[in-house]
Amino acid sequence: MTPIVSIQHLNKSFPGVRALDDCQFELLAGEVHALMGENGAGKSTLMKILAGVYRKDSGEVLLDGKPVEIDSPAHAQSLAIGIIHQELHLMGHLTAAQNIFLGREPRNTLGLFLDEAQLNRDTQVVFDRMNLAMSPTTPIGELTVARQQMVEIAKALSHKSRVLIMDEPTAALNNAEIEELFRIIRQLKTEGVGIVYISHKMDEIQRIADRITVMRDGAYIATVPAATPMQEVIAMMVGRKLEQSEKTIPDTSANEVVLDVRGLNRGRVIRDVSFSVRRGEILGFAGLMGAGRTEVARAVFGADPIESGEVRVRGQVIRLRSPQDAVQAGIGYLSEDRKHFGLATGMDVESNITLPSLKRWLKWGMFLNRPAIQAISQQMVEKLRIKTPSLTQTAKLLSGGNQQKVVIAKWLVQDCDVLIFDEPTRGIDVGAKSEIYKLLNDLAAQGRAIIVISSELPEVLQLSHRVLVMCEGRVTGEVRGDEATQESLMALATRRETGATVH
Amino acid sequence: MSEPTTSSSSWLARLSGGQAKQKLLAFASLIALILVFTVLKPDAFMTQDNIIGILQSTTVIGVLAIASTFIIITSGIDLSVGVLMTFCAVMAGVFMVNLGMPMPLGVVCALGMGAMSGCVSGLAITKLKVPPFIATLGMMMLLKGLSLLITQTRPIYFSDVEGFDQISLGSLIGDVFPSLPIPNGVLILFVVAIISAVVLNKTALGRYTFALGSNEEAVRLSGVNVDRWKVIIYTFAGGICGISGLLIASRLNSAQPALGQGYELDAIAAVVIGGTSLSGGVGTILGTIIGAFIMSVLINGLRIMSVAQEWQMVLTGLIIILAVYTDNLRRNKK
Repeated sequence: MTPIVSIQHLNKSFPGVRALDDCQFELLAGEVHALMGENGAGKSTLMKILAGVYRKDSGEVLLDGKPVEIDSPAHAQSLAIGIIHQELHLMGHLTAAQNIFLGREPRNTLGLFLDEAQLNRDTQVVFDRMNLAMSPTTPIGELTVARQQMVEIAKALSHKSRVLIMDEPTAALNNAEIEELFRIIRQLKTEGVGIVYISHKMDEIQRIADRITVMRDGAYIATVPAATPMQEVIAMMVGRKLEQSEKTIPDTSANEVVLDVRGLNRGRVIRDVSFSVRRGEILGFAGLMGAGRTEVARAVFGADPIESGEVRVRGQVIRLRSPQDAVQAGIGYLSEDRKHFGLATGMDVESNITLPSLKRWLKWGMFLNRPAIQAISQQMVEKLRIKTPSLTQTAKLLSGGNQQKVVIAKWLVQDCDVLIFDEPTRGIDVGAKSEIYKLLNDLAAQGRAIIVISSELPEVLQLSHRVLVMCEGRVTGEVRGDEATQESLMALATRRETGATVH
Repeated sequence: MSEPTTSSSSWLARLSGGQAKQKLLAFASLIALILVFTVLKPDAFMTQDNIIGILQSTTVIGVLAIASTFIIITSGIDLSVGVLMTFCAVMAGVFMVNLGMPMPLGVVCALGMGAMSGCVSGLAITKLKVPPFIATLGMMMLLKGLSLLITQTRPIYFSDVEGFDQISLGSLIGDVFPSLPIPNGVLILFVVAIISAVVLNKTALGRYTFALGSNEEAVRLSGVNVDRWKVIIYTFAGGICGISGLLIASRLNSAQPALGQGYELDAIAAVVIGGTSLSGGVGTILGTIIGAFIMSVLINGLRIMSVAQEWQMVLTGLIIILAVYTDNLRRNKK
């Protein structure tokens, strides 16, 4: 049987990153093929090439055995390849039918006016095929996320797709909704649609998938039957035994507890999270995307409200109504998204460095004391080896690693006791990475309490004295830094409440 | 990359927020306009009377534009500045004419009313989370109504307040140098401009003004009290609008309650021509002043050339679009 899709020797590079390295993939008609790998393994890139979002550098994509050059999402659609992205792309004020046929609305005979009745009939046909009880005229905004996802699937099917790519389709669904989704997937299978299923959730994959392809660092590792024991799959995913530099974990058990968080709750996102960090300690937060780590950090920093819970800094309960309260208590937060939350990119280096601590650099409580601002900024630039032509360089012109150092400098100047690093090395090249690792170790050695949130397990393992693992808003485990392995962390990170865990 | 700078040019660059090049473009356009009108109407344009007329006619819009510059750099907008100016003029009348306050006290109280109104806008934006466009649109209508109610739609005349018209029309410079009868209003415009440039570039208020427009969320996550600073900035801008209220009342020697609407758009135009970005984070006082002068030179020149008022409007509209277009070109080239 000729596979519907066959990808061979595929390569793709982005500036500074080799995203895909001689990749291969195969999809049969009527098959659910799971694509697995750590964050950044190249799963999404591979599928975006298939869906025409990116163009390949070299290699072959065969559809029904014939080579194709997919050059745009529209072209992919015309080749019957549909993709359902992780984020939904629907217009809330339009109806389900209007969304599904956006851009190809049926017209009446004169071609002047839209034929709304025909539109709704066409949509009903797709819904019937999916066995979906939904009115085509329901406004999208009134639907739950799960139902919206069904509309996305309907949209893909309305293009007569024979290949359907689903990127983390269950991320926002509850169990009943997942059942509904699986029912539709099984229905589509019987019609010969090939489905690529990207997910981190092992239990789901074992239930719905036929085969699993594992990727790691942009490379193809193996394709195995879905019945393969999950431990084996995880071992393939994390793969390499990282040649770690010898790590010594200092004994901080007698140090003062600087940050103590008890019973933090917010909806389904943060569920009864408690932890503490001592002076000189680096606490790692591991987990998959969406596990709630960033949400916990933002809550502790006062950036998002909490429903219940208590945060103590050096034994004192602090009221967290805004980041201002957290900063005053000595907490600094380095966001995972520098450009949106960390830097005022249009402003210069010295303005950014002194932003949280500006009060200290004023004369008569009002005027900027530029000599002082320049002095402290210069000191930081030298200390952190920030590569910038001058202190008045606009922040957006710096490289990612140097931007991150500017953000770190901000909080060093503010002299925080607790520093929360959210994905500190995202988008940073390898050289700058090791510099930032060294910096974090130095900061801990100086007696600061450090929290590192990272989706890269090797990074968590290399840095952390102690690792906290989260899954679906809960803390699912705590491991000593020298006892943690990628396998043990991954198992904890996928320990879902439903009980269908990886054991 | 960094060209050698003499001390004077780096001073200029710093005071203009390090965007000397952009200012140069606007300044060159202003000079070009002046040259064109000088060549076309040498005997009417470059006369002392006409130049003083241009300066005088720029004062009110210039001061309003300075206030707007602060707001626009935060990536906000203030539609109430024109009417706020009138409201302050009216309140000056109430304080000095109706209540008989001495002039200095009346001036301070009128400025206070401006600051208070700005504060209300700021609170509506931060505490009630009403977008600046709507909050200040509401304030515009509200203040216009109040001005008309307070005056019962009749102007208040300052004829009995001795020296009030001298605020705008007198000439301290002319007293010293009789050959240079520059009105006080112009002096006030430049003093306000210099103080505002210092505030914008040398104080915490200015730093946060840019920071808010550049990335408000990053500022919030830096532990800065974003709401408080926004209210302070709107209050400060309101106070500056109060100054323009006094200027116009003094020039007309009366508070005209129906005046003012539409001035906010002229002010915004001046700010934008001066290179301040409506998306925030970028802008200078010097640019705004140049922008205000480009507008008034254009209108004055066209009037001298007997161009019909309707055509003046058409040309001004085109100039605004052209100015922002060339600014975009320059930006995109980078």
